[in-house]
Amino acid sequence: MLRSPGFLRKGWERLKSWEGFLLVILLVIIIINGLQAPVYLSIGNQMNLFILYIEKIIVVLVMTFIIINAEIDLSVASTMGLAACTLGWLHERGVPIGAALLVGLALGLLGGVFNGFWVAYVGLPSLVVTLATLIGYRGLARVFLEDRSIGYFPDWFDALGQKPLIGPFPLALIIFFVLLAIAIVLLQYSGFGRYVYVIGNNRDVARFSGVKVKRLKMILFTASGTISALAGLLFAARLGAVRGDMAQGFELDIITMVVLGGVSIFGGSGSVWGVLLSILIVLNLRNGMSLAHLSGHMQTGVIGSLLILSVLAPNLVTKVRAVLSRRRSRRPQDTIT
Amino acid sequence: MNALRRRFRPQQIRELVLVLIIVLAILLFGTQIDNYYNARLFNRVSTSVAITAVIAVGQTLVFLTRNYDLSVGSIAGFTAYFVGTQLARNNDIPPIAAVLMAVGIGAVMGMVNGLFVAYGRIPAVIVTLATLALYRTMLVEYSDAKTVLAAELPEWVIGLPRTNIFSIGELDFRLMVGVMLIVVALFQLVLKYLPYGRRLYAIGSNPEAARIAGFPSQRIVFTAFMLSGALSGLAGFMLLTRFGNVTVVAGIGLELASIAAVVVGGASTAGGAGTVIGALLGATLVDLLENSLIRWLEISEFWRDALLGMLILLAVATDAVIMSRLRSLWARGELRVESESEVEAYGKQEEGSHVA
Repeated sequence: MLRSPGFLRKGWERLKSWEGFLLVILLVIIIINGLQAPVYLSIGNQMNLFILYIEKIIVVLVMTFIIINAEIDLSVASTMGLAACTLGWLHERGVPIGAALLVGLALGLLGGVFNGFWVAYVGLPSLVVTLATLIGYRGLARVFLEDRSIGYFPDWFDALGQKPLIGPFPLALIIFFVLLAIAIVLLQYSGFGRYVYVIGNNRDVARFSGVKVKRLKMILFTASGTISALAGLLFAARLGAVRGDMAQGFELDIITMVVLGGVSIFGGSGSVWGVLLSILIVLNLRNGMSLAHLSGHMQTGVIGSLLILSVLAPNLVTKVRAVLSRRRSRRPQDTIT
Repeated sequence: MNALRRRFRPQQIRELVLVLIIVLAILLFGTQIDNYYNARLFNRVSTSVAITAVIAVGQTLVFLTRNYDLSVGSIAGFTAYFVGTQLARNNDIPPIAAVLMAVGIGAVMGMVNGLFVAYGRIPAVIVTLATLALYRTMLVEYSDAKTVLAAELPEWVIGLPRTNIFSIGELDFRLMVGVMLIVVALFQLVLKYLPYGRRLYAIGSNPEAARIAGFPSQRIVFTAFMLSGALSGLAGFMLLTRFGNVTVVAGIGLELASIAAVVVGGASTAGGAGTVIGALLGATLVDLLENSLIRWLEISEFWRDALLGMLILLAVATDAVIMSRLRSLWARGELRVESESEVEAYGKQEEGSHVA
């Protein structure tokens, strides 16, 4: 009995954190959606909601690492497109799909290494480097396919993207959960994860403490390129066809989900748990908007506003707190309550 | 070396190199493409430079304050479509009102960006990435998937891009190019001589010092975004007159072209360095490549974007590796000159101070 106030207070503290806030929003969205459309809560719809955005949320996981590390990778969507278009181009020339998949992945890895080289070793800002490669990789994808679209992949490949593999889960979803587990362990429970945070907090301090900053950034960008390529290939398998402009503009959704998850855009803070919650929020929100017959562009607009709000809200809270504490220190007799 | 140092600044050397590259590119294309040197190419490149450069000028202002504006393409697209629709509905709108409408809408959209960046303290990447999507959404929702057709527009709009100020032989010097040159000259003067322009440099090169010195940093950043929006609006109007037909995809890609132009023109991504003239040269190179690659038969025009990306990267890399050394070399040289003849240097200090 005596413990209950403390327990309650702890629960209240947790609710006041960003993750708690996200949880409340998620519940509100789920309730509204559930009331509005009865289909919403069916297993089929819940599974569908994941599958429609599965490629994006796979990339979100690795983007979380990058942004906590105080960098950004704008080229992920272009890398997705590049890998998929390479696959299509090779397939058209009679290369077996297995080999083409490997080449696509390798190209993603190379793209990541290329980004990482400029950011980690030359020391250029990642925003500019990846903005340039956003254009460059998309350009390469266009060089491969020009304005054609390539389809007619072997049946097993399409099935891999479209049909459930184990139970009701398709391959992409399994890959997502595996990567999610890896991300949680790596970021929250390993030395590697601590380094990611430390560098994101203060790069110089990390360097002087003997953290291999350059190597770690290189690893992160390489992973980002490789996983984006993997996501692009899964996207190709799900759609059953590739085009030069596929995955264009995905970086907006991906970065929104990471930032909404409480990861500071300046690096150094955030967690996979928060990002997982924000993934669920964005997916359910999009699903709800689709059920309410909002157009895709309208949804993008809502996501864009969400992105601004998710950074604005903490800023405002800090500002209000600062004002309140200033007022409190000015009139101490008022704050006895 | 000292004579060279006194006569040129690093930025000017960079601009000279850029002019050289442009000339080399023209010569190279001339050997590869049949019938390359003709009046049509000049006219086409100059018209498209006019649009890119106007946006790049705004982008330069924002870059100077260590920010980015990724929403310029969407702003230009929206204003082009909106003003086009108004003109199609009511052909009697006077030209001045149409231009002012475009600039005004652009300015309001830029103010939204500036409000969030300067007063909301949200990183510009986040804000303008979001407004890039938001403004495009507004355009799509507003348009209802219809197209503004050239046939619906008043005559003067269609005739505008072909209006010449003067022609030399077949080389036309078009009104739009004239407008662009006025904008460039105006902002070059503002950046060089007005307190506002100098403060943009100050904020970008050291925000903390600028704050302590008492500059209204927030207001200056806000104005930079507003001006960038207004110039994008103007570019949107030029887009409308150039193509006549405006669809919902109008202006996509201008954000990347303008950033490419600014970065190639020597603006530093760390803020505090860059000129409007540089942006104009950058825009010229970018549009020259774009318009020439389309005509180069051996190479697919789809290489354009890949090359553009490489060009940006190259420009930023030279900035980091070579330009920063040049700048510190110059700064050191000036210190030496000052210590050698203190009396003489005293008068020159003001002149030298904006190099470092």
